[in-house]
Amino acid sequence: MDLRLMDATATDAERSAVDGVLGPPESGWTGAERAPLDDRIARAGHHRAMALRHLLLPALHGLQSNIGWISKGGLNYVCERLGVPPAEAYGVASFYALLATEERATRVAHVCDDIACKLAGADALVAELDGGPDGTDVVTSPCLGQCERATAVLLQLAGEDDFVLAPATAEAVTAALADEPAPPMPPAPPAAPQSPDPQLRVLRRVGRVDPDSLDHYRALGGYEALRTAVAMGPAGVIREVKDSGLVGRGGAAFPTGIKWEGAARQPARPHYLICNADESEPGTFKDRVLLEEDPYGTIEAMTIAGYAVGAEHGYLYVRGEYPLAIQRLQSAIDQARARGFLGHDVMGEGFDFDLEIRKGAGAYICGEETALFNSIEGYRGEPRNKPPYPTEVGLFGKPTVVNNVETLVNVLDIVRQGGPAFAAIGTDRSTGAKLFCLSGHVTTPGVYEVDFGVTLGELIDMAGGVRDGATLRAVLLGGAAGYFVGPDAVDMPLTFEGTRDAGATLGSGVVMVFDETTDFTVITRRIAAFFRDESCGQCVPCRVGTVRQEEALARIANGSHNGEVALLGEIARVMQDASICGLGHTAAGAVQSAIALGLVGGDG
Amino acid sequence: MFGAGGGTSSYQEIEETDLIVLWGSNARNAHPIFFHHLLKGLRNGAKMYVVDPRRSESAAWADVWLGIDVGSDIALANAVAREIIVNDLHNKEFIQRATTGFAVFAQSVESWTLERAEAVTGVPAEAIAELAHDLARADRAQICWTLGITEHHNATDNVLALINLSLLTGHVGRWGSGLVPIRGQNNVQGGGDMGALPNKFPGFQDVEDPDVMAKFEDAYGHRLPPKSGWHLTLMFEAMERGDLTALYVIGENPAQSEADAGRTLGLLEGLEHMVVQDIFLTKTAQLADVVLPAAASWAESEGTVTSSERRVQRVRKAIDPPGEAKDDLDILILMARRLGHDWPDMTPEEAWDELRSLSPMHAGMSYARLEELGGLQWPCYDEDHPGETFLHGRLWKDPVEGRPAPFHAVENVPPRDELSDEFPIRLTTGRRLDSYNTGVQSGGYRSPIRHGETIDISPEDGESLGVSEGETVRVVSRRGHVEAPVRYQRNLRPGLAFMTLHFPDDVDTNQLTIEAWDPKSGTSEFKATAIRIEKLGAAAG
Repeated sequence: MDLRLMDATATDAERSAVDGVLGPPESGWTGAERAPLDDRIARAGHHRAMALRHLLLPALHGLQSNIGWISKGGLNYVCERLGVPPAEAYGVASFYALLATEERATRVAHVCDDIACKLAGADALVAELDGGPDGTDVVTSPCLGQCERATAVLLQLAGEDDFVLAPATAEAVTAALADEPAPPMPPAPPAAPQSPDPQLRVLRRVGRVDPDSLDHYRALGGYEALRTAVAMGPAGVIREVKDSGLVGRGGAAFPTGIKWEGAARQPARPHYLICNADESEPGTFKDRVLLEEDPYGTIEAMTIAGYAVGAEHGYLYVRGEYPLAIQRLQSAIDQARARGFLGHDVMGEGFDFDLEIRKGAGAYICGEETALFNSIEGYRGEPRNKPPYPTEVGLFGKPTVVNNVETLVNVLDIVRQGGPAFAAIGTDRSTGAKLFCLSGHVTTPGVYEVDFGVTLGELIDMAGGVRDGATLRAVLLGGAAGYFVGPDAVDMPLTFEGTRDAGATLGSGVVMVFDETTDFTVITRRIAAFFRDESCGQCVPCRVGTVRQEEALARIANGSHNGEVALLGEIARVMQDASICGLGHTAAGAVQSAIALGLVGGDG
Repeated sequence: MFGAGGGTSSYQEIEETDLIVLWGSNARNAHPIFFHHLLKGLRNGAKMYVVDPRRSESAAWADVWLGIDVGSDIALANAVAREIIVNDLHNKEFIQRATTGFAVFAQSVESWTLERAEAVTGVPAEAIAELAHDLARADRAQICWTLGITEHHNATDNVLALINLSLLTGHVGRWGSGLVPIRGQNNVQGGGDMGALPNKFPGFQDVEDPDVMAKFEDAYGHRLPPKSGWHLTLMFEAMERGDLTALYVIGENPAQSEADAGRTLGLLEGLEHMVVQDIFLTKTAQLADVVLPAAASWAESEGTVTSSERRVQRVRKAIDPPGEAKDDLDILILMARRLGHDWPDMTPEEAWDELRSLSPMHAGMSYARLEELGGLQWPCYDEDHPGETFLHGRLWKDPVEGRPAPFHAVENVPPRDELSDEFPIRLTTGRRLDSYNTGVQSGGYRSPIRHGETIDISPEDGESLGVSEGETVRVVSRRGHVEAPVRYQRNLRPGLAFMTLHFPDDVDTNQLTIEAWDPKSGTSEFKATAIRIEKLGAAAG
């Protein structure tokens, strides 16, 4: 490669942080002291660099978590180790919100000020923290996926594991930043208020299983599904999944069986399986609950999926803001591998499957599947053009299946009870059960499981109705990428077809409730700010459109009525028509629906 | 190869090969267009070895870089050959059917064990073995080289050593397998093809073949000298003897491009008469009695050029040359008339058609076909012939067509300019990406990556010599000395230094180099000079 390293040198601590991820350097050409053999031979060319490129993000994580930021010297050392040009590595490092490329405090609190937390007083918490104790820093963050226990704070402390405080108090955050003993915390409400309940389908083990115990998981029937799947054979599994009518729960609602079949029949090898656990849609936290409370469920389901589509290697891409999920998953993977449930000859059934966790670093766009590929491969998480589709040309250019966590967990029941039995649940076109993330002005926020067919109003009633007996003003369905609906939508069935007919979307299952006291100008501006911040910048309609949308909303907030609503409509059309990926396509949906409902811009 | 001076393969083959051996070539810098084709090969999965004393910009792309001692290429090649033979990996069927001299060759490499080769070349034994096994086992392999092979006193033997490897493994005459000498200019190949060689008529037809001679005399209507002429190095020797007193130089700058520049300048100045025909007033032109300003062959002339893959392509005139500059063809015709020959005016196409009538390998290349097909690769014998993408497919025909390809036993002979206590550092020369040869054509352009001439040394040598980066030092060889600033380069090992010849007006590197030359090719040993480095002000050793 044409590698031009910088002059900056890494400190010993930075080198050991990187070596902790990559292992020690193998030669003087890749970061070690020059030895006599290095005068005569080098094995550090193009193919080595390509093969190691996927370690770039993990290496940057190593610097960030141990040192607290990524210095020029540290970055340079990573580049020397991996053969990546510094400009490219910087492009990757600066892409992610959780990676700092400028020196900053080593103890940082990321206070979620996204919609649910804002409704719960995030702005007041930020004000109270007042920048944190000396030598620490407080920054605001997009949704941390803890909406049922707002407000949430992610602590990023150099040399320590990240952790989340929720619901957070200023005293607790200050103590954590100052490395002082934690004060008593208010009890966290249950994430899944229906649990424990063995009658539930997707949430069956949540609240019942010990997430750190493989034996306990097995005692509750764990790994029976995998055994059944192997008896069916890969084609049999795919047939059951197709018969079940299961569609993706991540937001796009693509038929899972079709996707599996498409990848399974690709002649190119290897095939890859990815579990998309980059749950970043504001207001969404269902996958977090599954991963934290039932990690083996996802791992077993991934193993079945890998078996069915002919993948021997899987990736679990988990957003970096979910440290507890990552920790429990890693422990579960280690146990499963040690006990023969992962790796070579799984369960003695003659097939291989192993998986590894890839930690995101704060980028909503990486939930888009092709952006996720680029993120794993060590590039900026920018979406690719489609076609080719991932089932043909996906991760590392190979056939790849990407499934959401909730989608995969459904597979366990499908295999156990058969596709037709699963298809009998719910409605004709929305089969099975669905998790919904209730938050905002609702009495008991949390993840709720219902069979498809329940109406919006019934679901809100399950969560105790609008908080404090207030009047419902609007519901945000599907998160920031979704739509507002008004009180007249309470009879809408929460099915794929029902929401589609109403011009809305189920999306990732967000049901965020707002009462009549809500200032929707604040809410829509937060949504607009979110998209402006999270647009990857690759395509112009989205990069510019998200900025213009936020600016127009700011002018409306300042009392302008000078054609702003018309302008917002034009921006929405351009982003919808001309953006590369779903982020741009949906970035104006919530704002447009809020305008249509008269929640904002009413006088425009 | 095997008679005709050209690479056997097309550029596209390096994109579709399985193994690339880049031997004595820093194509990343010196042949960037070719290297783009090579990069496609890497992206398509080809494994690459680079053999080079320096871990050059090209070597940085390689799966394996072998850091050979300057001038020990034959030792390495022979050891690779022996390793292939003793492991029974040679292509016995191909050798038996399509080659001669294998037994003698095998005997000649018998003593080149891995251990002996490691001692002579510095390359670790296991890396030599790895190269040997990969080369022998590859389905397709391209062996590419440039001046690191040919700018030695034993250039031809170096090339033969690489040819031996291709014959041993059957890596020639098939798509994706071949021998690729990469050319440094858009038309070096064309110059040779057109007969700008002392022993060849156009189309590599031998001057000393009576039938060929008769054909050309008949066509030109004139008796022609019956013997091979002098190549450049012999010309300088003839000048030294006083046998050569007048020189007509077309598009060359020998005053700065030849080794041992002090001697060269003296000889040129001693000529009775020198004519220089060039597009620039080069250092050589400044010494001339008459300078004939020529049109540039790019954009100011009509005609053809021939690339390293033997592809003849049309070039077209876009603008008139400045001032009194004339097309080379017109100058030659006017010159002939002044010398008393009534040459008619000729268009470039008419000149080309005359060539086609005399050179069978160009016969099928009409301007119309060159235009239509985007060029043609020689040989192209008639207007129905598609040209040849690769050469020597005949060796795989059953029975083999033409004469079999001979092995040549060659022995390793170290560089002439030996290292000693007085001259302990090996200087090798090469090119940088943004400059071209003596800088005549590139010095006029600015470049953000140009830093002028330096003496590049390893940081370890810099420390032990007590010279810091940027410090100007005196570089001394047995022939001369220059002053140049020091640059530390990690891609050099202790004892190895590097310079270019891009800035002869600032640092005349060829004051240092040795004129020792290869008797067959006439090329001087620019790649191996013994030097020492002195701090300025220090007493000379």
